[in-house]
Amino acid sequence: MSLDQPQLDTSPKVSDEVRKTTCYMCACRCGINVHMKGGKVAYIEGNKDHPVNQGVLCAKGSAGIMQHNAPSRLRSPLKRVGQRGSGEFEEISWEEALTLATDWLAPIREKHPEKLAFFTGRDQSQSFTSFWAQGFGTPNYAAHGGFCSVNMAAAGIYTMGGAFWEFGQPDWDRTKLFMLFGVAEDHDSNPIKIGIGKIKKRGARMIGVNPIRTGYNAVADDWVGITPGTDGQFILAMVHCLMKAGKVDLDYLGRFTNASVLVNEDPNSDQFGLFLRDADGQPQVIDRNTGQLAPWNGKGVEPDLSATYRDAGVTHRPVFHLMADKYLSDEYAPEAVAESCGIPATRIRAIAADLARVAFDEAIELDRPWTDFRGKKHDKMVGRPVSFHSMRGISAHSNGFQTCRALHVLQIILGSVEVPGGMRFKPPYPKPATAHPKPHGKVTPGAALDGPHLGYTHGPEDLLIDDDGNPTRIDKAYSWENPMSAHGLMHMVISNAHAGVPYKIDTLFMYMANMSWNSSMNVGGVHKMLTDKDENGDYVIPHIIYSDAYSSEMVAYADLILPDTTYLERHDCISLLDRPICEADGVADAIRWPVVEPDRDVRGFQSVLCELGGMLNLPGFVNEDGSQKYADYADYITNHIRRPGVGPLAGFRGADGDGKGRGDVNPDQLQNYIDNGGFWLEHVPENAAFYKPFSHEYQDWAVKMGFYDVEQPYIFQLYVEPLRKFQAAAEGIGTRQPPDHLRDQIKRTMDPLPIWYAPFEDSHVDTNEYPVHALTQRPMAMYHSWGTQNAWLRQIHGHNPLYVPTKIWEANGFKEGDWAKVTSAHGSIVVPVAHQASLNENTIWTWNAIGKRKGAWALDDDASEATKGFLLNHLIHELLPPKGDGLRWANSDPITGQAAWFDLRVKIEKSAEPNEAQPAMPAIKSPVGKGPNELDWKVGS
Amino acid sequence: MTQLPPPSAKKLGLVIDLDTCVGCHACVVSCKGWNTENYGAPLSDQNAYSGAASGTFLNRVHSYEVQPEQGAAQLIHFPKSCLHCEDAPCVTVCPTGASYKRAEDGIVLVNESDCIGCGLCAWACPYGARELDAKEGVMKKCTLCVDRIYNENLPEEDRQPACVRTCPAGARHFGDLGDAESDVSKLVAERGGFDLMPEQGTRPVNKYLPPRPKDVEPEFDILAPYLEPVAQDGAGFAHWLDKALSALPGGAK
Repeated sequence: MSLDQPQLDTSPKVSDEVRKTTCYMCACRCGINVHMKGGKVAYIEGNKDHPVNQGVLCAKGSAGIMQHNAPSRLRSPLKRVGQRGSGEFEEISWEEALTLATDWLAPIREKHPEKLAFFTGRDQSQSFTSFWAQGFGTPNYAAHGGFCSVNMAAAGIYTMGGAFWEFGQPDWDRTKLFMLFGVAEDHDSNPIKIGIGKIKKRGARMIGVNPIRTGYNAVADDWVGITPGTDGQFILAMVHCLMKAGKVDLDYLGRFTNASVLVNEDPNSDQFGLFLRDADGQPQVIDRNTGQLAPWNGKGVEPDLSATYRDAGVTHRPVFHLMADKYLSDEYAPEAVAESCGIPATRIRAIAADLARVAFDEAIELDRPWTDFRGKKHDKMVGRPVSFHSMRGISAHSNGFQTCRALHVLQIILGSVEVPGGMRFKPPYPKPATAHPKPHGKVTPGAALDGPHLGYTHGPEDLLIDDDGNPTRIDKAYSWENPMSAHGLMHMVISNAHAGVPYKIDTLFMYMANMSWNSSMNVGGVHKMLTDKDENGDYVIPHIIYSDAYSSEMVAYADLILPDTTYLERHDCISLLDRPICEADGVADAIRWPVVEPDRDVRGFQSVLCELGGMLNLPGFVNEDGSQKYADYADYITNHIRRPGVGPLAGFRGADGDGKGRGDVNPDQLQNYIDNGGFWLEHVPENAAFYKPFSHEYQDWAVKMGFYDVEQPYIFQLYVEPLRKFQAAAEGIGTRQPPDHLRDQIKRTMDPLPIWYAPFEDSHVDTNEYPVHALTQRPMAMYHSWGTQNAWLRQIHGHNPLYVPTKIWEANGFKEGDWAKVTSAHGSIVVPVAHQASLNENTIWTWNAIGKRKGAWALDDDASEATKGFLLNHLIHELLPPKGDGLRWANSDPITGQAAWFDLRVKIEKSAEPNEAQPAMPAIKSPVGKGPNELDWKVGS
Repeated sequence: MTQLPPPSAKKLGLVIDLDTCVGCHACVVSCKGWNTENYGAPLSDQNAYSGAASGTFLNRVHSYEVQPEQGAAQLIHFPKSCLHCEDAPCVTVCPTGASYKRAEDGIVLVNESDCIGCGLCAWACPYGARELDAKEGVMKKCTLCVDRIYNENLPEEDRQPACVRTCPAGARHFGDLGDAESDVSKLVAERGGFDLMPEQGTRPVNKYLPPRPKDVEPEFDILAPYLEPVAQDGAGFAHWLDKALSALPGGAK
């Protein structure tokens, strides 16, 4: 053959147009360039200007074209015509659908607004949906945080005014030692990968702490294969080592934390364990200048970390002394926890020593002068270049809140929060618990709720309970069972509604939450609850309304389906009032806009709420003449005013579009965003970029930007006084008292300083019978049931083997291709196994939410997700097994109510190969048919 | 059989950092998207929504466990696509001339209009880097995004392969490995970049950067000086604290 090369056109036309919007393939919210050809989506890539992803895009994001065109998209409103759970529906018009919904909801609102339970899943419009629910008047609203990562978020807010991901990030450009504790690899997706790339490029070090060595842990320089649920022991052992060696940042602790605040030490006082306060209620410190009491925030005060104060026979000691008493004790020594954690004591010490070495011997300084809230001028910004990140891995345990607290305290004693090289907050965070609302739950028939649903409690007086102590909310959030449940408990709603405890409801209204499948524990039980009928033959949960864009497992269990659009067909705002997308150096928000119009009879869910709000006359959704206030969500985004000058979008405000943070409505605001690439970004001034909670320069900027209306500096709460207030109540102090059966639990778990206690399941099951820990992880290339089972991504994760460590693999004589029966105290599954050596020796795991039910997602019944894929959820119950005390304890964190998914204990044995993974649930009828067999997706010529 | 051109001075290729690749598959799907819409026939998918789906990909990520003699097992993510070999056996084996190596930059391509789908090239490739598209019946392979890297319709910063542009961790690098002064050549020199399966004699242009050593014991004594105790209990700590505070600036008050 000849060497003649064919003539190639190396400059083909790429697309007709690029439309820039925000990805929705997971919760990360990257900017995307959508290349259009002939009005169709041809190719999706990352937006290089966008603060979140800076041009890169993950596998999910690049597969968006398959999501947008998925055969599982719902096409029209649906009304159930068969039995619940059958999947028998008829298509109806939007007029009929909205009339039906209004016929159910209007009478509820008139008499018993609490009989609506409105819960949204992983949506990104919670400031809007909660506003709607508040107008409706039901106390029963929350999003999915209760079954996700509320422990991390709440522990962060109470301790230091923010946690990770949307609240804060490592200083990727300066950190020298990065420690990653068990993580959901998409929280957040691309920024962590970008950050790890930066660390690697600079030759900095990364330590991964996770029972499973995959993904980020696979590239970590050091891997600590910890026993699940023992992270708190490991962290507090490092706190022990660091304190015992005096390797703590005394200057930082004295100035910027409550380590110096004085605590009442008199066990006979009703103030025992509470802060000494002045007449204005300000916690007191001893001022090193005068040796006298002074308020923590007094001008020029130099808080003394060590001085005690005695008054009327009562000793008050600084928090730091209490910490020393506690953490220097031998129970926190590495030797005491090594076996439990599965980490040798020498290794724990080595890591603690490394943290000390880098934090103090490799400290960095930036020549940026700044002024703290006491008026002291600092000529430099000192940095401790160790940083941490963590999400669900440590928080989805019944000891998760205290474990997350422990991690935050570890960072703080090293002086590494909000400093160069450490962990940095992202505006509008930091924001302490005291700057957040308290929870509200006062119901008035026919009227709005008395305030926002979700917030932070500061003592028993803030609980949402009636005079008899009964919970106000259907999910029992903010009750004595979980007093600080800042995100609600979505995973308890169906169970409680079915039981009629604390009361019966009429309508369950949900959005983007696959509660009949991967988002619920005890899946089979939930199916029974959703389909159960009373003695009259009526459903125990009378009405279920559900909105989703896709034919998820949950669709079959609803009576009325409101079909949502895909993410490329809708308006959205990624709002500072909601779950922001900012960076440590900048405040940012973003929009989605319809880069294509829907080709089906579907409507964006938020626009539907605008219509329903008008039809139901909800405050905030109707004009004075009773007409519908917002034509659709875009209208709301543009014109809604939350506080004077503050609306859903912070950028391009005011008639001229030049307002930043604050300003009047700008009718062209959405177009301004589109013209700017779909987002808005404003940089934090350089001298305000660190020490944000304490910095006058930052606080001043934050007020200008509208994050809050007055400067509100604060100090980190190593000692969380509200925890002590609940604990004191459990000891009998005060008038609002917990029920007796909860006293011991509250006393034991709500310690104002971080503690570790064994995961609850360990004391409810025989750990000799169930010796193995079982976990799930979310793959980087698939995002549970948020979207659909994507044709490209399912070729990467089409089924999910159960990964088994060498010790268990060999003990059972497993071979590749084998199946195993896995049994918990609650149930059994039979599933395919695979060997993995890089795994904690007592831990098995699988990918989360790959298993699908037959008939869902437009998949064929023989799809590998349904025949070999499986859920661990079948093994987990929302209640712990009975232990003979006549009670059923929740499988949740006792402080926040977070679902304790990762406490699961199992046993495993070899099984004969079944026809398919067990339990195999019967197929549901697909309301959208099945997808095509073959794809060759090219929209251009 | 097809002849290779004389070696080109310019050798375009990828450098893939195995120390940094987190195995996220971003490159896999970005490649799928670009090359479904662009060069040649779309990359088709069979059993797209049934059974075990399978389709054509030009780039895949494999994961391998490594058990060192000492210490914990490790997991290495290993992205694999055509290595654009200098002695490309897939080209010389091609009976029609459809497979060829470009004289100007060394990129190995398939001219689909001449491809008869015989599969000899996939058989000859020791890396398994070629895939026959089940629908179109032509051989598909990495083009190094030849329709991006010179494309004047793209902004200059985007003239790189889709997989490189999208890689979130920055584990993929593109450039001229024939130029010793290029960034990619320097990276290979600094980090000990290596050829995949050099014994095959294919002389791949693409290079891999090895993972750094993992789980290395610290070189310092873990107790002293960093964790040398200053106290044994709370009371001792308070005593130490008083002394330490008085040593701080302004502490003598």
